[in-house]
Amino acid sequence: MKRTLLLAAAAATLATAAANAQSVAITNAKLVIGDGSAPIEGGTVVVRDGRVVAAGRGVAVPAGVQTVDAQGKWVSPGIFAGFTRLGIVEVDGVEQTDDSGASSTPFHASIDVAPAVNPRTTAIAVNRAAGVTRALVAPDSRNSIFAGQGAIIDLGSDMAAVTRPRAFQFLEYGEAGARAAGGSRPAAFAMLRDAIFQVRDYARNPASYADRGKEALLTRADVQALVPVIEGQVPLLVHVERGSDILAILDLKRELPALKLVLVGATEGWTVAQQIAAAKVPVIASALDDLPSSFEKLAATQSNMGRMQAAGVSVSIGMINDNEARQARLETQYAGNLVALTKVPGATGLSWNDAFAAITGRPAEALGLGAELGTLRPGRRGDVVIWSGDPLELDTAVLAVYVDGVAQPLTNHQTKLRDRYLQPQEGAKPKAYQY
Amino acid sequence: MAVMAGFSGTRGHWLRSGATVLAALALGACTANSDKPSSASSGSSRKAGPGLNKGYSHDPFPSTYRAYPGVPTLVRGVTIFDGEGGRIDGGDAVFADGKVVAIGQGLTAPAGATVIDGAGKWLTPGVIDVHSHLGDYPSPSVPALSDGNEATAPVTANVWAEHSVWPQDAGFSRALVNGGVTTLQILPGSANLFGGRSVTLKNVYARTAQGMKFPGAPYGLKMACGENPKRVYGGRNREPSTRMGNIAVDRQTWAKAAEYKRKWDKYEKDGGEPPARDIAMDTLRGVLAGEILVHNHCYRADEMANVLDMAKEFGYKVTAFHHAVEAYKIADLLKANGTCAAVWADWWGFKMESYDAVSENLPLLHNAGACAMIHSDDENGIQRLNQEVAKALAAGRRVGINVSDEVAWTWLAIGPARALGIADRTGSLKPGKMADVVLWNGNPFSVYTRPEKVWVDGALMYDMDDPKSRPVADFELGQPGEGDVK
Repeated sequence: MKRTLLLAAAAATLATAAANAQSVAITNAKLVIGDGSAPIEGGTVVVRDGRVVAAGRGVAVPAGVQTVDAQGKWVSPGIFAGFTRLGIVEVDGVEQTDDSGASSTPFHASIDVAPAVNPRTTAIAVNRAAGVTRALVAPDSRNSIFAGQGAIIDLGSDMAAVTRPRAFQFLEYGEAGARAAGGSRPAAFAMLRDAIFQVRDYARNPASYADRGKEALLTRADVQALVPVIEGQVPLLVHVERGSDILAILDLKRELPALKLVLVGATEGWTVAQQIAAAKVPVIASALDDLPSSFEKLAATQSNMGRMQAAGVSVSIGMINDNEARQARLETQYAGNLVALTKVPGATGLSWNDAFAAITGRPAEALGLGAELGTLRPGRRGDVVIWSGDPLELDTAVLAVYVDGVAQPLTNHQTKLRDRYLQPQEGAKPKAYQY
Repeated sequence: MAVMAGFSGTRGHWLRSGATVLAALALGACTANSDKPSSASSGSSRKAGPGLNKGYSHDPFPSTYRAYPGVPTLVRGVTIFDGEGGRIDGGDAVFADGKVVAIGQGLTAPAGATVIDGAGKWLTPGVIDVHSHLGDYPSPSVPALSDGNEATAPVTANVWAEHSVWPQDAGFSRALVNGGVTTLQILPGSANLFGGRSVTLKNVYARTAQGMKFPGAPYGLKMACGENPKRVYGGRNREPSTRMGNIAVDRQTWAKAAEYKRKWDKYEKDGGEPPARDIAMDTLRGVLAGEILVHNHCYRADEMANVLDMAKEFGYKVTAFHHAVEAYKIADLLKANGTCAAVWADWWGFKMESYDAVSENLPLLHNAGACAMIHSDDENGIQRLNQEVAKALAAGRRVGINVSDEVAWTWLAIGPARALGIADRTGSLKPGKMADVVLWNGNPFSVYTRPEKVWVDGALMYDMDDPKSRPVADFELGQPGEGDVK
């Protein structure tokens, strides 16, 4: 009955949601901020004009703001999926629908996923219904270590999905980078050093670049895209797994101190956690990798994130090479598993608070967007989810989702198929008439 | 070949008959023959055959698995899911000599038994994964070890997955310690219409694949419909390149198998010149005789329906459709055919035929009275099958399908055990069955729970509190992370 009431409230919000109805207050919540702090019983979060204005206990609801009584249920920031390809792939096996990478293009670093993001991708609606409200969307590399420029998107039902285009450059190192560079890690590094040289040269004198013609390994567009990376205005995300590869990438900071590095994957990160921490480089890790699935992941363990965090590394969860176009919704389960490790002798997990931060506030911080996204601290975008229970638990349902303070529909292709086939038999008419 | 003639008139009949009935009839005939030496009968010069199923070995690579010794054990005051839908709160379980002795309440410990306090913990039969590629697609995932698909022809019923199983796959240990998996079926891949034989393993490391083989488990035949075969062979401009091509090649192959079976059945009964051996046809003959179980990779509802009719046409049974992403659309049809569906909780969208997934597939099948179970098909998913069931269970409850936790555990236990033909030996905590048991440190449908102890045939093969009980494959020795908690 309680749930019905709450759902009714959420539905009412949805029904009245005009284009600018971006204000809502959710009261009586078990409120999670997403910054690693403990949940607050009896909390309130107020979103006004799309942004959080206050969250905590004893927060007053301003007049004129619609109120939803959470009836003691869990309320949190929406999930910020740390590494995905949401919105740029509909079906992996149908190549016309896959905009994640391009094999026959002269462009690499300059590739920009933002215009390709389609908010009507089925995966956006499916993941929204599971409480994912923002995602890092990365291009995939082909024939170059540089995959291109990724975006931060929201999973709202409107057509304005891109929160921040060209939010980072993505670089493949390790086995995948070696392959893309022609067959070896040294070749990948040669490609990287050549790019650095050209970018510096271009930055000194942009006019000179026109003379290079086909001698240049990078197009002008690629070089232009890399200038803000080298200058530290745009983060460089590097997919790297092996311990020694991580150290090689960290060494880049010595010659390029401005570089804002973020490691992605980092399965062997725990073996060099002190160095990562000392370099103050955040990691968007694959939470549950525990198999020596390649020779760059021999030391894989689910304790990787826990051990890195214990060494002082900022860790978030990402989905690289793990159904990243569709299954960001598994991040809550992954985070729960890291909490489970705290009860396994010899293992290092994450506390619940840190595990939840690893799928909300921390990935936003890793991208330099912590002041804008990821938590319910004042000033952040009003991405809020009401859950039926502990958000990391397997039987918990999403009851309501707000993106920028706007209540979101939770139906999608899957829920409609389910409703059509609750009884498999045809009725008075074929199933095609039932919707 | 005059010996064939006598059977031609009945061929159409027995192709449609229940395979076991046929086998019994044939066996009876054969026994009658051997009771009467041919020389004694009225003028027949025909020699007696070797006897049905004795023309060649059906078990040339026998299991050498031996259960490791255990100690009599009493787990006391624990929540028990018995694997067949039963539940005991504050229950006791006794196992000894590798077998379950009793479950109930107020049980007394056998002499010398280890007594474990199960307060706040759960005890279940070991998880059974009906669909795994551990060993044939092992870690590390490098081409040199990629042995799961003999993708050189659409019909490779001649290959046996056990000949690809590398027993040093680290994945077996992860499935044991994180997943509580005690039994698993290793299948060939799905590139081919007829992928080859599967093998069922106990999840206990051995030096050889034979050393892991579940003693006496029937073989399975991996078949595949849909996109994979037509893509692989259509891409080479050969048959099949369409779904209709898939079924056409399937039917031609079954027709050939029926002929092969007829010849061998006749030879084994009546003697004469033995027919030429065909290793692929041996397997299909085994299916038609009901000795080998069909595990059919198939996503789409309409294709499953086609396969069910094909099975009727040739007189075999599809034990289970695997993946079966659209099984919920034909739950009634599956129930009517007695065919199971082995499914994921929420995988979807990676290819066109997985587009129509719903998180409620498992509970919708169960609700319609169809046989349903979870499966992994994945070296990571196999470590969390309990969690996959928990998600599906919750999705079902949200649409009013109220399956209890203990009944849901059948999707991980007796369900797959039946589909593998080993339900008389494992898959539940019934007295006399193998003591394949998991003690969980909480409710196994919670994300916060992990296996605490895992027994296989009563032997303690994993203990969370004993670092030396974490199995380390040869491959991992001397590598970073050897013996680490995983």
